[in-house]
Amino acid sequence: MSTTIAAPATSRASRIDHLDQLEHRSVHLLREAYASFPQLAMLWSIGKDSTVLLWLARKAFFGHVPMPLVHIDTSFKIPEMIQYRDRLAAEWRLTVIYGQNEDALAAKQTFPDGNVDRLTCCGNLKTEALRRTLSGEGKRYRFDHTLGKYVVDTNREPYTGVIVGARADEEGSRSKERYFSPRSGENNWNIADQPPEFWNQYATEFAPGTHVRIHPLLDWTELDIWEYIERERIPTVSLYYDQGKGERYRSLGCWPCTKSVVSDAKDVQEIIVELKSGRYANIAERSGRAQDKDDGGGLESLRREGYM
Amino acid sequence: MSVVSGSATTTRPRRLDEEGLPFDDDTTPNPFRAIADPAEVEARMGIVIVGHVDHGKSTIIGRLLADTGTLPDGKLEQIKDLCARTSKPFEYAFLLDALKDERAQGITIDAARVFFRTPKRRYLILDAPGHVEFLKNMVTGAARAEAALLVLDAGEGIQENTRRHAYLLSMLGVRQIAVVVNKMDLVGCRQEAFDAFARDLGAFLATIDMTPAAIIPVIGREGDNLAMRSATMSWYTGPTLLEALDAFRSQGEAVDGPFRMPVQAVFKFTNDGDDRRIVAGTIDSGRVRVGDEVVFHPSGKRTRVKSLEAFNRVAPSVAGAGESAGFTLAQQIYVTRGELATLAHEPQPVTATRIRASIFWLGARPLEVGRSYTLKLGTARVSVHLEHIERVLDASTLESVTDRVAVVRNEVADCVLKLRHPIAFDRAAELAATSRFVLVDNYSISGGGVVREALRVEAHASRSGSGATVALRPGVLWLTGERGAGKSALARWLADRADRSGARVEVLDDDTVGALFPVGASRTEQDLRVRRLAWFASRLEAHGAAVIVAVDSPEDDARRYARSVSSELVEIHLHAAPEVLATRGAARDVIDYEAPLQPELRLDTGRLSLDEAGAEVIAWLQEWSSQS
Repeated sequence: MSTTIAAPATSRASRIDHLDQLEHRSVHLLREAYASFPQLAMLWSIGKDSTVLLWLARKAFFGHVPMPLVHIDTSFKIPEMIQYRDRLAAEWRLTVIYGQNEDALAAKQTFPDGNVDRLTCCGNLKTEALRRTLSGEGKRYRFDHTLGKYVVDTNREPYTGVIVGARADEEGSRSKERYFSPRSGENNWNIADQPPEFWNQYATEFAPGTHVRIHPLLDWTELDIWEYIERERIPTVSLYYDQGKGERYRSLGCWPCTKSVVSDAKDVQEIIVELKSGRYANIAERSGRAQDKDDGGGLESLRREGYM
Repeated sequence: MSVVSGSATTTRPRRLDEEGLPFDDDTTPNPFRAIADPAEVEARMGIVIVGHVDHGKSTIIGRLLADTGTLPDGKLEQIKDLCARTSKPFEYAFLLDALKDERAQGITIDAARVFFRTPKRRYLILDAPGHVEFLKNMVTGAARAEAALLVLDAGEGIQENTRRHAYLLSMLGVRQIAVVVNKMDLVGCRQEAFDAFARDLGAFLATIDMTPAAIIPVIGREGDNLAMRSATMSWYTGPTLLEALDAFRSQGEAVDGPFRMPVQAVFKFTNDGDDRRIVAGTIDSGRVRVGDEVVFHPSGKRTRVKSLEAFNRVAPSVAGAGESAGFTLAQQIYVTRGELATLAHEPQPVTATRIRASIFWLGARPLEVGRSYTLKLGTARVSVHLEHIERVLDASTLESVTDRVAVVRNEVADCVLKLRHPIAFDRAAELAATSRFVLVDNYSISGGGVVREALRVEAHASRSGSGATVALRPGVLWLTGERGAGKSALARWLADRADRSGARVEVLDDDTVGALFPVGASRTEQDLRVRRLAWFASRLEAHGAAVIVAVDSPEDDARRYARSVSSELVEIHLHAAPEVLATRGAARDVIDYEAPLQPELRLDTGRLSLDEAGAEVIAWLQEWSSQS
């Protein structure tokens, strides 16, 4: 499923410095998270950002990924995404766990079924599914490397630390995030009262019934992500590249709500050129994501309730 | 003055329709994107922008984004439309108010990040709020910055917050600063008014040892002296704001200082077939090379670096400040998170249990004498007790107040802290990075500070003390140390002096529990024995006994287990030089004894007599029971 990865460019030393700077900070944050939270998980959306995050975990832990990767499967994900997920799980020996809102799916309370609007659908299949999977109320399915398939996970302990690939440049509300962001048991985010962060010290203490979200990619931009993918030759899902039809996905989500964009970028290098000087140099990354528009404040309403 | 709207840089034609993108009519692009061009740039520089509420920081940033062409297509029009629909006059500050509740409240509530670039380099602007309630966000922004912009209002002058912010910037270690005198139109753009400001401000900054790189008269709303030189204030010949930013020097990382790396973790992924044991951490200063002799503090253990490790690149031979590094050791010594790695041939850090520190307090609940907090410095954590407040500094007048028993939010104070166990640090005057700590109160970071110096621990009990007695509370006194260190003797000594008014005392040593918990042959059996004993001790403790444990417990993990099952465990590490142990006829251990990293008390029984060692324990117990 991975696409051709172009040979690394002979980047100038200054660019390497910038990516190194980002990498070192992210690695530091990942190690702090690992040292601080016994019940730690990393969210893996299969997209480029959380895949870079996964790669950074391999950097931080010298080739290992010592925490489960949690994927919320809405059942409407583009099929290539699931194939790519399971392929990497097997190749890199990852502990992959997925969760779903099985009640909402059974009751067909979804936008593709025509019963609810887009935002409610996101709320049901992502936010609520995530909340239940993190708390352990919902079933967790773990990839069993011996059997080569998913089995129900016996660990139902709530995750107290959750690593997320949010970037500050994605949209307004994310620019307000902390690297370590405490959330209440109901996943609520109190934007006006966030802990201070300075001198490499973070909110690693947490009261019973709460958890902490960790954002190692906060300082990365979309361009940084692609340049790092190129430098490190990180395998990414083929949907990001034009397969000859003159279109590609810039941001991945559920098929009913994610549209491809017009582009003939066929590999990582061509995407970087497109982002720097091409047609998308001045257009927001999530412009192909419909649910953002149904809410005046961007993702803010969704994020307050726990959306990633 | 420049024209406000309709400039070519902010109204590019939108191409969404032609490209066939859906939902183009109300798309919400964001203002926080880097606009890349192929120009060569340095790594990103963090700039914090601070100042009193309403002095115009957000306006200045909004205007900078617009004038440097950093806004995405349509953003300016979108905000203008919104203003028209809601009958509000347009302001550049709205560009930053990306959150709905910010617009409602009308003040910036957090250190928002704004990316933009000049032809010289890229910037991360951290917009710190001016509202007095939100000082902690300013600290968050300033701590990440290499330079600061201090904004003040020409119509209002130097306010309390201006002084407070400048003082905190100096304490946080931000040494490069440019002052922006905004709203110059309110004083008629007059040079005399500006010169008066510049004089007053320069005089104040000098008292806190700061020299501004530039003091710039601007009109944020109109863009004067931001990206473009002001026509109205032609008398000003200094740099524009953009020129001042580009003139800041990138400070880089402190690779020239002595090597300091707080240990984040020691990784061993044996289950994945990886036998490397890797000491990992982010280097705060200096460099480390393969073959260097490293010393860990406070344990004092030392060995050589065998290899530097990395994933998906060639293993380096040297790692320096700013890098998240990892190395293996030539000898298998026991080190863990919380220690500070240094190089043997370089200046060493200080280890102490009592310190003088300058602290700024951000918590809603005051910092109070007599209360306990968690101190985090590097990766070390220690329970501390606020012993004394020497003086509280009024950050706006820089005058000090003595005789205080509490420090309230937004105040800065010099304090004496007593640490429950020793940690390693550097003095602020010598090495800033490893002098910095935060204080945690009730799960949240509530203050920060720098260590000024280590202080002597005052003796509370006479060293002769053989006649002293002690009323022991229910709990576990865990004596640990190599064979021959004197555990059993000290346990008996303490039991003999336990006061009848205290809890009943049980001594668990090889004489009393040897039959019940036989000494195992293998390391695993020994470990199991210690854990069983620990559990047994915790049961006795739960029934009100004071339990003194004095058996071999070489593994730190097992002792941690003991701590986890007991409600109050005091770990006392007895040690003595190898020659001393040998004279005591103790069989030389083949096992690797793992000294505790953070015992409550360490006693050198090679130098102290039994009476002296016992008196130290009694003094320590008395002090802690008086404090908690």
